[in-house]
Amino acid sequence: MQGLQLPRERLLEAYRLMRTIRVFEDRVSAEMDTGDIPGNTHLYAGQEASAVGVCLHLTDTDRIASTHRGHGHCIAKGCDVDGMMAEIFGKATGICRGKGGSMHIADLGRGMLGANGIVGGSPPIACGAALTAKVNRTRDVAVAFTGDGGVNQGTTAESLNLARVWMLPVIFAVEDNGFGEATASSFATAGDICRRAEGYGMPARKVDGVDFFAVHDAMGEAVERAREGGGPTLLHIVTPRYYGHFSGDADTYRSAEEKAAMRRDQDCLARFRTRVTQASLLTPDDLDAVDRSVSAAIDGAVLAARAADRPALETLLTDVYVRYA
Amino acid sequence: MPKKSYRQALNEALHHEMGRDPRVVVIGEDITGGAGASGEQDAWGGAFGVTKGLLGAFGRERVLDTPITESAFVGAAAGAAMTGLRPVAEIMFVDFLGVCFDQIFNQAAKFRYMFGGKAITPLVIRTTYGAGTRSASQHSQALYPIFTHIPGLKVVIPSNPYDAKGLLIQAIRDDDPVIFLENKVLYDMTGEVPDGAYTVPFGAANIVRDGEDALIIALGRMVGFAEKAAAELAREGIECTVLDPRTTSPLDEETILEMVEENKGRVVIVDESSPRCGMAADIAAIIAEKAFAHLKAPIVKVTPPHTPVPYAPDLERAYLPDPDKIAAAVRQVVSYKD
Ligand SMILES: Cc1ncc(C[n+]2csc(CCOP(=O)(O)OP(=O)(O)O)c2C)c(N)n1
Repeated sequence: MQGLQLPRERLLEAYRLMRTIRVFEDRVSAEMDTGDIPGNTHLYAGQEASAVGVCLHLTDTDRIASTHRGHGHCIAKGCDVDGMMAEIFGKATGICRGKGGSMHIADLGRGMLGANGIVGGSPPIACGAALTAKVNRTRDVAVAFTGDGGVNQGTTAESLNLARVWMLPVIFAVEDNGFGEATASSFATAGDICRRAEGYGMPARKVDGVDFFAVHDAMGEAVERAREGGGPTLLHIVTPRYYGHFSGDADTYRSAEEKAAMRRDQDCLARFRTRVTQASLLTPDDLDAVDRSVSAAIDGAVLAARAADRPALETLLTDVYVRYA
Repeated sequence: MPKKSYRQALNEALHHEMGRDPRVVVIGEDITGGAGASGEQDAWGGAFGVTKGLLGAFGRERVLDTPITESAFVGAAAGAAMTGLRPVAEIMFVDFLGVCFDQIFNQAAKFRYMFGGKAITPLVIRTTYGAGTRSASQHSQALYPIFTHIPGLKVVIPSNPYDAKGLLIQAIRDDDPVIFLENKVLYDMTGEVPDGAYTVPFGAANIVRDGEDALIIALGRMVGFAEKAAAELAREGIECTVLDPRTTSPLDEETILEMVEENKGRVVIVDESSPRCGMAADIAAIIAEKAFAHLKAPIVKVTPPHTPVPYAPDLERAYLPDPDKIAAAVRQVVSYKD
């Protein structure tokens, strides 16, 4: 495992990001229960190793296009956690000024091209970002995150083909959490996701998404290929989904035992901790210190979001166009 | 008459029609919920619970969960409609129709005309629309004018539980493609709904309230807002007629024009869609063209501004028409001196 050879600071950073996502999502869930968050959220808890394993390879000029379940991708790509929390609370200090909410968090300066309310919306956008990189010869790459549900959209199929035809520096990160809403991927997805990509002539790999190092290694290869002009790759990343599909989902289509077993046996944070401590790369104290600072940071984000101003009413009318004339 | 929710009224319509006609099939994402999963089956009955129980009554052969592939399943529904089934496809949010628009406006809408009258396409696409749930720009639009614009499509916007059931049964029995738009804020609205099957005809506006000082034309959720405004105005001595067209295509122009005259040519139109090329704009144009002689004041439109739907609650409230905005518009037309 090459990931295990990461320098100490990178390992700590990976863990900090994964822990941040977990605590952020658990906290958003708790805040949803208070009724003070206006909209709906789709939580990423359980899938942290995927976002972080992928995004740790990227710089601010590499772009990602995300999904409705986007908080994890945003955090992994470096979006400001205070701004994200404020956005979810619909405040003026939100990363999109309270206009987008959970499903539209974006930070173009960080190469985060937006969560997305439309399933299958992201692959073409990522192809576009990859085209920009290719035309401008920047060696940047783009990542399209999509779910096992989104992989069935026509836009995804078309993007796979286009990416290969144009030899775009794009990575399709298909996060397979077993479900599209309440429908199992075993019901809705025919054949094999990797073989679909191979059918378009691009390399594909199935990856254990509970294992940060497995994701990190697979992504490392894909990114290198993309930067060297070798074109697109598909990663089929298998993960759990800890919460229901969205904040109001009673999640009765999965048994209680199944959900408990999932949280027990498929925890990427626990897996990471075991790996790095057994290999004596980090100590439990190192990790505990991260846990404490992350919890404090998320507490701070919630307090700040709650205290922040609501958007001024005039902003309803701004930013529809750059200039309307 | 028993009181039922808008959701239950729609559910009954589906039950009736599936029971009555084996050609009726229901197609959509998570319309059962739990397909392929280890736990509860029919766990969702659709994202808004409208199709709940159909699985138990009619089985997976006629209650078809789909992958997330709107182009494929809406197009398949159109193809099945042309070849003998009577599909009711559910698109969770009208916003997602963007994904499959070709299958609707180039395919289903035009089969009959292009094929010289040889095809029928008895397809219903049920979908939800509307702001008010803090769902932001991609889950809140009121896109019915876009469908109304397309010749070959019929467009239905029920404003209450009684109409919801009768119009859906009518839609399923209709031989043309129908876009059926349910306002998601109305699902829990209750009203009197008969147990049996009945139809509400297309192109027949409903006079919800009778007045003579001003006419308020409103659609979908806006009808309730218009009623509230009318009740408020009545206390001020202004008696309004509230007219609900119920379908925008066909549109009951006759009743609209009659009501313009009966209400002294003072007209307010309330529409949740965008102001440009929206239903309010369209109906105002028809009135200006065909009832010009009766108009006593400029027609006032109450619509959202020309912006996407914002997320933050204050902004979303400011975005939507409401009873106060409607009442203000009525005062404006009533006080206009020509
Ligand atoms: C075009 C479109 N169709 C349907 C939906 C409703 N929807 C939101 S999330 C979702 C499931 C997506 O499943 P998947 O891609 O596997 O992602 P996951 O939710 O599992 O992360 C659906 C059907 C949507 N937002 N957009």
